[in-house]
Amino acid sequence: MTIAARKDRSQERQKQMIAEHFQRLGRARESGEKCVYTFVPGNLTELLRAFDLLPVLPEINALQSGMRGKSREYIGLAEKLGHSEDVCTYVKCDIGMLKSGNIGPTGERLPDPDLLLLSYTGCFTFLKWFELLRQEYRAPTVMLHVPYQADGQITPSQREYVVAQLKHKVIPALERVSGKKFDIDKLREQLRRSAQAEDDLVWVLQSARHRPSPIDAYFGGVYYIGPIFSAFRGTQEALEYYRELREEVAERIALGLGPVTPDGPLEREKFRVVVEGPPNWTSFREFWKMFADEGAVVVASTYTKVGGTYDLGFRHDPDRPLESLADYCLGCYTNLNLPTRVDVLCQYMDEYSADGLLVHSVKSCNSFSAGQLAMLNEVERRTGKPVGFLESDLVDPRYFSAANIKNRLESYFQMVAQKRAAAPRTEASAP
Amino acid sequence: MSASRVQGIVERAEDLCRDLRLESVRRWKEQNGGLAIGFMPIWAPRELLRAQGCLPVGIMGGGEDVEIIKGDAFYQSYICHLPRSTIELALGGSLDVLDGMIFPAICDVIRNLSGIWKLRFPERLAYYFDSPQDFDPQIGGAFLRRELEEFSHALVQRGARPLETEALRESLAAYNANRARVQALYQLRRDEPWKVPTWELYLLQRAGLVAPVEEHDRMLDEYLAAIRADESRRPLDQARVVLTGSFCEQPPLGLIKTLERAGCYIVDDDFIQVGRWFKNPASLDGDPLDNLVNAFLRDSLESPTRYEEQGNKGEELVRRVADSRAEGVLFCTPSFCDPALLDQPMAVRAIEASGTPWTAFKYAENNGQFQVIREQAGTFADSIKLFSEALSP
Ligand code: SF4
Ligand code: SF4
Repeated sequence: MTIAARKDRSQERQKQMIAEHFQRLGRARESGEKCVYTFVPGNLTELLRAFDLLPVLPEINALQSGMRGKSREYIGLAEKLGHSEDVCTYVKCDIGMLKSGNIGPTGERLPDPDLLLLSYTGCFTFLKWFELLRQEYRAPTVMLHVPYQADGQITPSQREYVVAQLKHKVIPALERVSGKKFDIDKLREQLRRSAQAEDDLVWVLQSARHRPSPIDAYFGGVYYIGPIFSAFRGTQEALEYYRELREEVAERIALGLGPVTPDGPLEREKFRVVVEGPPNWTSFREFWKMFADEGAVVVASTYTKVGGTYDLGFRHDPDRPLESLADYCLGCYTNLNLPTRVDVLCQYMDEYSADGLLVHSVKSCNSFSAGQLAMLNEVERRTGKPVGFLESDLVDPRYFSAANIKNRLESYFQMVAQKRAAAPRTEASAP
Repeated sequence: MSASRVQGIVERAEDLCRDLRLESVRRWKEQNGGLAIGFMPIWAPRELLRAQGCLPVGIMGGGEDVEIIKGDAFYQSYICHLPRSTIELALGGSLDVLDGMIFPAICDVIRNLSGIWKLRFPERLAYYFDSPQDFDPQIGGAFLRRELEEFSHALVQRGARPLETEALRESLAAYNANRARVQALYQLRRDEPWKVPTWELYLLQRAGLVAPVEEHDRMLDEYLAAIRADESRRPLDQARVVLTGSFCEQPPLGLIKTLERAGCYIVDDDFIQVGRWFKNPASLDGDPLDNLVNAFLRDSLESPTRYEEQGNKGEELVRRVADSRAEGVLFCTPSFCDPALLDQPMAVRAIEASGTPWTAFKYAENNGQFQVIREQAGTFADSIKLFSEALSP
């Protein structure tokens, strides 16, 4: 089978998984299936699936709206309704979508939530987001408050607190909404599959250590994390998807191929960079192309860790089901303190032999952005490698200035090239 | 005579408020030898700090008096002003007198500021104080108790004395007494707002962020006595309003004065809530640490930073409007303040449902021009007065 056909297979599979999920959501009212709205960081997909509940992720809907060119209209509508121009555009995009009929990315109307599962990990805005949705839907809400890893580690007290909420708040709420008793073995089974898929995802992400890197770990990476960050972690489909993806990437490595970009395969890898921060979704392809035009490959990114830091070693564990769900929630990237985030970036720079760091700072997201300039300086100080700073937004196209970003990227890569030219020959001629 | 007494007290409070290098804290340390621990908005366990011989010092950013030179290099333009002025203060040495800083769990900006502190000042205590959003005593309560114990232990490691039950009980009593005074002033302002201009009340509360609690008590007592005796303060035809949204980054003093001069009696507000965070006195019976935990769980003010398990957002604001017999609401929020601005549509909905007029504007702590806000607040106050005149028989 040709590599192109193999590539299509994993992409096709993912597309099909998503389409089927949204169709199922579209039919949920007739089929009687119950839906739970929740967030990507700290999602409890295995637990929901153990109750046969269907997850709906408003963040994914918002980013899809951004990619489909709908977000401008949705944000405009929310602002007209009194939502401030200063706040997270995911929230406004979601509210605007709701007020426009709640049509999901595949054209189906999304069902109203039977439960809002407010898993409050890594970002305070989540709290407000579901308070806002609760007023719109009048749905019951259950909160899972996940403390912050302020000292760079999970303490027994934090774990105990999260597990207690899972046992005494979240699981009873899921039992009520599903009408089913909690079956821990069903949960274990899901977690077992999660861990296997996580192994494969990590393998794929770490394949970027190769030269040339067979993947782009940011622009391509957002596709790879799709199933595991959204509704599919713990499912058989996710397991198969990641196995297939791994095989495809292995083949690319064997053939010495670089990543596929919007303009086709990248012929020559000129720059290897680490990126901190989420992408822009409204001009996603254009943004990606700016990198590809420079021959730049993102070899590691932090955004692909917002839904779990598997490459740092975490795995869901069927032998410690609730504790491992707690550790998962506590360990999501934006729940790590700034010094740990700096350590992760420095580790990536080294592990992936990166030429430098680029921070893409989005206006919407204080969770990511507040402190990024200090992080940038610290990484530069520790690694001595060139750093660059770009600004735009997630789904508000008004804040994506293509000319400005392109200019900054060009100057950045010029600087990297100059620095490289000035470096001692040993470095340049290293294998 | 009383007018000048009032003026003297308010000037003292303003001096403390503008003492950005924290000279009063330095003096306290020289005299008492304890640790001085800074805390960011909104709430910190001051009772516990005091019981361990520490001076809690509220840091509300640098306000209007700090020129930002280095702070802007730390923050993008779309982040509120408070963290950049706070880091400016720290880099300029103003906070050197503090032995540690508490960063309460209220928003991503303060949360991440705790990380900047750790990166920039690795030798200093930078304590992110995580308070629960689950208010079940067995779950969130147990977590908060452990947080307090861990925090207490961290203080001991820095040289504070260990926490003792009696000392904590006495400290709860001291802060109960202080809150009672602050609440009495709030009540007096609700009843006779011409006697307690908000800008004065505000400065007195700011003074309470740096002064030891007993000293603050004396200041409040003196102020209360002086304004009661001051016959020159007479009612004016002003609109009674509740101001909300200013719980963290504080507006410049000039803005508060502008609102009052524009025809508003601010009869309730959410400035500097730490001094009023518990609505009732904390119990002094039984285990004082449990009492502190229970006060937090059951008796805290409603805040955009706190999850509402029951009911609708904004209901407490509607109640506050009713309790203070306010005729309108001013949503007065710092630019880019996520908790306040995300909360606002819900609060507006509740306020509109109650039929109360409202208006909204934003500020930064270092704003120097209030012309637009003066006009907006003036028009708002006039419309309220016209409306109430039209309704009166
Ligand atoms: S602030 Fe950031 S993490 Fe929070 S909801 Fe918005 S985009 Fe997501
Ligand atoms: S002003 Fe608002 S966003 Fe800024 S630190 Fe305070 S609470 Fe956070």
